[in-house]
Amino acid sequence: MTDQTAPTRATRPSSFNDEAAKKRLRKRNAAERRFKFYGMAAIGVALAFLVLFVFSIGSQALTAFSHHKIKFDLPLTAETVAPEGVGDTAAIAENVSGFYQLVRENLAERFPEAAADGRERELNDLVTRLAVLPMARATAENPGRIGETFAYSAALSDDLDLYLKGAVAPETRFKSGPVTDVMRTLQNGEKRIVLRGDGAFDRIVSEQAALRSGEGGTILLQSETSIARLIDSSPDGVSVELLTGDLAGFDGPRADVRVIPLAEDARNVTDRQIAWTLALKEDGRLSRGINWALLSNADSTFPEIAGVLAAIVGSLFTMLITAMIAIPIGISAAIYLEEYAPKNRVTDLIEVNINNLAAVPSIVFGLLGAAVFLNFLALPRSAPLVGGLVLGLLTLPTVIIASRAALRSVPPSIRSAALGVGASKTQTVLHHVLPLAAPGIMTGAIIGMARALGETAPLLLIGMVAFVAEVPSGPTDEATALPVLIFKWSTGAERAWEPNTAAAIVVLLTFMVLMNALAVFVRRRFERRW
Amino acid sequence: MSETENTRKDTLISQVTVTPSADTSGYATKVDCKHINVSYGDKQAIFDISMAIPERSVTAFIGPSGCGKSTFLRCINRMNDTIESAKVEGQIFIDGEDVNSDHIDPVLLRSRVGMVFQKPNPFPKSIYDNIAYGPRIHGIATSRTDLDEIVETSLTRAGLWDEVKDRLTQPGTGLSGGQQQRLCIARAIAVSPEVILMDEPCSALDPIATARIEELIDELRERFCIVIVTHSMQQAARVSQRTAFFHLGKLVEYGDTETVFTNPSDDRTSDYITGRFG
Repeated sequence: MTDQTAPTRATRPSSFNDEAAKKRLRKRNAAERRFKFYGMAAIGVALAFLVLFVFSIGSQALTAFSHHKIKFDLPLTAETVAPEGVGDTAAIAENVSGFYQLVRENLAERFPEAAADGRERELNDLVTRLAVLPMARATAENPGRIGETFAYSAALSDDLDLYLKGAVAPETRFKSGPVTDVMRTLQNGEKRIVLRGDGAFDRIVSEQAALRSGEGGTILLQSETSIARLIDSSPDGVSVELLTGDLAGFDGPRADVRVIPLAEDARNVTDRQIAWTLALKEDGRLSRGINWALLSNADSTFPEIAGVLAAIVGSLFTMLITAMIAIPIGISAAIYLEEYAPKNRVTDLIEVNINNLAAVPSIVFGLLGAAVFLNFLALPRSAPLVGGLVLGLLTLPTVIIASRAALRSVPPSIRSAALGVGASKTQTVLHHVLPLAAPGIMTGAIIGMARALGETAPLLLIGMVAFVAEVPSGPTDEATALPVLIFKWSTGAERAWEPNTAAAIVVLLTFMVLMNALAVFVRRRFERRW
Repeated sequence: MSETENTRKDTLISQVTVTPSADTSGYATKVDCKHINVSYGDKQAIFDISMAIPERSVTAFIGPSGCGKSTFLRCINRMNDTIESAKVEGQIFIDGEDVNSDHIDPVLLRSRVGMVFQKPNPFPKSIYDNIAYGPRIHGIATSRTDLDEIVETSLTRAGLWDEVKDRLTQPGTGLSGGQQQRLCIARAIAVSPEVILMDEPCSALDPIATARIEELIDELRERFCIVIVTHSMQQAARVSQRTAFFHLGKLVEYGDTETVFTNPSDDRTSDYITGRFG
């Protein structure tokens, strides 16, 4: 380009290098980068929420997946465990009070001070009555054990379990200095022990001052299996109340000090119960293990022995019925609408209605289920049969829509090819269209089922929220489902329901993830290209 | 017609090799169409077309896009039945039997009148199953050996056997475009049809694959009545013995290919052939 022609093109970009072009380019590149950044930011926010969610549920659930058990060596005496006779296994299996008596006797023997102080009840609360049920059942199955010693681990009460997991109060622990002198005194009719040791209690004094100025709390001193509660302190000596164990234990060694910054009446565990638990731990009778009961037990009113098994089985039966309703009907309807139905007002109306049904809130389906299946057809209340029917209706539109999309994505040329060699309409659909659409249909069906698995509201309305302590053996038995169990546990009053709820959520999510993974697998595995 | 125009036409014809005129009058009529009208909803696509298609020869349908040649072709095996809004009137006799009559089942009809489509559309199955599907559903082959034989003869006739005999279990969709189209032709002839309809069978193929298909069509003419819709006038001239020119849903001209290309009787035909429209 010469200088003569340049002025005529002054308004157009004449070069890649002039200022205006560079500026435009910078602007465009900045816009590109901004756009890309928005997308990345969106993904980042979504991921952050996901991680937060998984972390919060996961960390809560973790505490529920392990729990503490107390080991017992119980002599199964026939008169206690089988008062009706060794042959009556049904009575043995239900003889909870007999077996619980063994546990109570064992604890009372270990901690005689409880009886002396009239605190048997407090001691017995270390183990829930129903926690001996597995032992009763095991004995009933094998009555030959009667007369022998049964080594049994019973779940520790949920509140003490939470205490040991550090969920009751933020505890401080440290060692005191060496105790040089232990002496028993009597003040105001109360037995007291005074521990002495130069400079041994400096920190205890300051901790107690802090507790007194705050909302109260307890300071426990432990020396092996001897545990005492602090009453008064001064730098050269403290007076304590022995809760369990032997006074002589404090002589010499440095005691472990626990500061529990929560007043005794503000928590569900007493100082004594803590002391006994710590003593059992020192005995080596307390162990922390995986809480299999959470997976293998049915629901219970006691968090430490409550499990999700009944809900899993209930959910499985429900899903079975749902699949039997939604998948065949959904696929048949989709095939008819997509391959056979004439395009007219009636089919348009049906299509609009199916799309609308997919958007109907699930609780409406629950009302429908209660009105039609329970009241009109008089089907059993709280049963997976009814739950499955309701969820089947709920899933049906989703399956139809997914199946239709899958059928529509099969290229028409395949249909022409089949018809062209003389296949009938049915042969075309069954031999060619359906196999090609199958991965899409199955994916849609599985994802629809996964959605149904998580549905809570319709099940509440048909009574599947009932307390069911037995694993259902069929779709007409009373049952509950996983999401309903989560709802129920989350409303439980005791603190221990909280981690249990999180654990149940983890179980539900595991099933969801498995189903979605199955959907992805089916799509990948059976997808055929053309 | 001026002399310059005649010269131009001669030039055009000299570019295409016209198949030596087969003596079509020697063949009996295979497909006899009488007063065919087709409409899609309110729109009429075919206006009163009558024509007789001879046996064991290639008949080409040419014409500009949307002139109704494909629609007319699809009347012959009643593929228009699958289009909901399509309405077909008139009679089509194949060996004297009206295909539109009630007692003719379109499914059986299509086993007698095979079809090859514009885009190669093999089933996403193995090469073997592609060919064997038709014979299987029609119960032509009962034993595995019969089926093997049909697959081999069909593929051989379609000129594909040597290329695929070692990989019959591999998917038909893995073949090249030209091979796929020959596979589709083999699939069509596997059910031993009497008529083969081809709807622009080479429009998606490269020139070399096209040449193979054209050779194949020429060989198949010995056994079948072939009707081919094509946009390429050179192709029509090369492969067909009879040519029909369609325009705006009407059959403008129908006759021996050589006559239609060298001495068309209608101005529209000559205009189209010389490339003045379409």
